[in-house]
Amino acid sequence: MARIESEVGTRGSAIMKWIDDRFPFTETMKYHVTEYYASKNFNWWYIFGVLAMVVLVMQLVTGIFLTMNYKPSAVEAFASVEYIMRDVEWGWLIRYMHSTGASFFFIVVYLHMFRAMLYGSYQKPRELIWLIGMLIFFVLMAEGFAGYLLPWGQMSYWGAQVIISLFGAVPFVGEALVEWIRGDYAISDITLNRFFAFHVILLPLILVALIFLHIVALHHVGSNNPDGVDIKKNKGPDGVPLDGVAFHPYHTTKDLVGIIVFLMIFSGVVFFAPDMGGYFLEHANFEPANMMATPEHIAPVWYYTPYYAILRAVPDKFWGFVLFALSVVLPVFLPWLDRSRVKSIRYRGWIYKMALSVFVVSFVTLGWLGLQPAEGTYVMLARIFSVLYFAFFLLMPYYTTIDKTKPVPDRVVYHG
Amino acid sequence: MTDDVDRNRRHFLTVATAVTGGAGVVAVAIPFLASLKPSARAQALGAPVEVPIGSLEPGEMVRVMWRGRLVYVLRRDEEMLSRLPESKDLLRDPDSAVVEQQPEFAVNEHRSLKPEYLVIEGSCTHLGCAPLAEFEVGPADDWFGGFFCPCHGSRFDLSGRVYKGVPAPTNLRVPPYRFIREDVIMIGSDAGAA
Repeated sequence: MARIESEVGTRGSAIMKWIDDRFPFTETMKYHVTEYYASKNFNWWYIFGVLAMVVLVMQLVTGIFLTMNYKPSAVEAFASVEYIMRDVEWGWLIRYMHSTGASFFFIVVYLHMFRAMLYGSYQKPRELIWLIGMLIFFVLMAEGFAGYLLPWGQMSYWGAQVIISLFGAVPFVGEALVEWIRGDYAISDITLNRFFAFHVILLPLILVALIFLHIVALHHVGSNNPDGVDIKKNKGPDGVPLDGVAFHPYHTTKDLVGIIVFLMIFSGVVFFAPDMGGYFLEHANFEPANMMATPEHIAPVWYYTPYYAILRAVPDKFWGFVLFALSVVLPVFLPWLDRSRVKSIRYRGWIYKMALSVFVVSFVTLGWLGLQPAEGTYVMLARIFSVLYFAFFLLMPYYTTIDKTKPVPDRVVYHG
Repeated sequence: MTDDVDRNRRHFLTVATAVTGGAGVVAVAIPFLASLKPSARAQALGAPVEVPIGSLEPGEMVRVMWRGRLVYVLRRDEEMLSRLPESKDLLRDPDSAVVEQQPEFAVNEHRSLKPEYLVIEGSCTHLGCAPLAEFEVGPADDWFGGFFCPCHGSRFDLSGRVYKGVPAPTNLRVPPYRFIREDVIMIGSDAGAA
C-alpha cells in the first residue's frame, strides 16, 4: 500500500517537474497562494476583495449565458429580455443573478474601498494598488452604465441620454464628442449595438486585466492589516512573518465562510426581491424605450446617485459636469492627500475619525438625494453635503497633519 | 565582437523605427475611430421630414421625429402669443442671441417663421430629456406657461426660451424648417425659407 502511494507520488512529482521546467507553476502557487503571508488579525472588512472576485466570476458566467439569447438591436432588445425572463428555461434566474450581481458588485466594491480608507491601505507603499483599484472602479462604472442600456427600457434610454449628454458640456468639442459616442444624432440602434460590444468584450477584458495587475501589485508589497503594521519587519527564523499566515489554507478557509454568508444574502435578494423595490431594477425600465417621452421621475441606479446628486446640485451645465467628474476622480489622490504618519484608524486622532464619519454620512445622504426629485429642500441639502464631500478630500492634507495620532505597536494586536 | 558599435547610428535607427511605427499606429487608429461616427445610413435617415399641420387646432401640439430627434410643433393661440413679452425679465436669452440655437429666421420673440407655429426640438439643452408641455399659467407667479424639463427642473417659455437660474444653458433649439405649403411643414431644410 505504502509502496503504491509513493510510486504515485513519484510519478506525480515527475509530472510537476516536467511542467515546472517549462512553466513556473509551483513557484507561482507558492508566491501567490501557499506561501503568500497575510496578517493573522484580518477582520471581516477583509472579505470584500474576495467577494468582488466571486461577483466578477458570477457576472462573467451569467453574462455569457445571457448573450446567448439577448439581441442587441433597438427593435428586438426589450422583447429578447422578456423572452429570457419567460421562455428560456431558468432564464429568469440567470438574468436576475446578473442584474442583482451588478448592484452587489458595487456594494462589495464600495465596502472594499471603505476598508482601504479605514486602515490606510492606500498609503505608502500601496499607492499603485489604490490607483489600479480606482481604474477598476471607473471601468466598473462604465461597465454598469453600458449594461444598463441593453434592456432598452425607458430608464435605459433616458438614463443614457442624460449621461452621454454630459459630455456635451466639454468646451468646443462637446457636441461632436456626443455624436461620436452615440454614433448617431440621437441614441439609437447604433448606440445600443456598440454599447453591447463595450459591455461584453471591451470593458470586461480591461477589467480582468486590471484586476490581475491589482493582485500582482498587492502580492508584491503584501497586504495591509487593521493595525497598519508592516508584518514583514518581524520575521521568524524561517523567514515567515511572525504575524502572518499563509493565504492558503488559512485565509481561503476563512474566506469560504464569508462567501457562503454572502451567497445566502445574495440568493435572498435574487429569489425574494430581485428589483429591490425599484432600487436594483427601476420600475420605469419595465416599459420599452420611448423616444417621445421622458419618464416623469428619472434617476440613475443607486450606485451612481451620490455623484448624480452632486451634478444636480450645481445650477450650471459646465460646472455641474466639472464637479461631477471631480467627485468621481478625487479619491484617486487619497495617497497624497493623506499626510498622517499612521495608517489605521485605530491609531488616528479624533479629527480624522470625525472627518471620515462626515464623509460617510455625506456619501450616503447624497446617494439618497440622487434618488429624490431635484426640487427645493433636496437641492439645498445636496449642496450642503456636496460641500462636505469635497471638504473631506480637499482639507485632508491639513487635518491629517494636525491630528494627534497614537503610537503604533510593533506587532499586530487582537481585539476580542 | 569588439565594441565598435556606432551608437549614433543605432540611436537614429531606434528613433526612426519608433516614429515610423508610431505613425503606422496612428494611421491604423483613424479608420477604427472614424467607424464610430454616424454611418452613411444614419446620415441618410437624417433626411427632412414633412409634417402636415392642417388639422392642428390652436393651442395644440404634435410630436414628430426628425434625425432620431424629437421635434415639437405647437400652434400657439392669440392668448399664448400675448404672454410671450411678459416673461422677458425672467429669461436668460430673451432675444435669441446665441446663434447656434436657431436659424436666422427665428431670431425674434416668437422664434419661428410664422408667429402662430412654433417648431422646436424637444430636447432639453441641459442633458437632453424631453421637456413636458406645461402651457397653463401658474401656480407659481413667475410661470407664464411653456416647457418644463422633469429631469433637472429646467424651464422654458412658450417660445422655448430658457429661464434664468436653471441648469439648461441655452434656449431650446429651433431646427431648420420651411413651409412647403400653407398646411405642410418640412423639417430639416430651410432653403428659401426666409
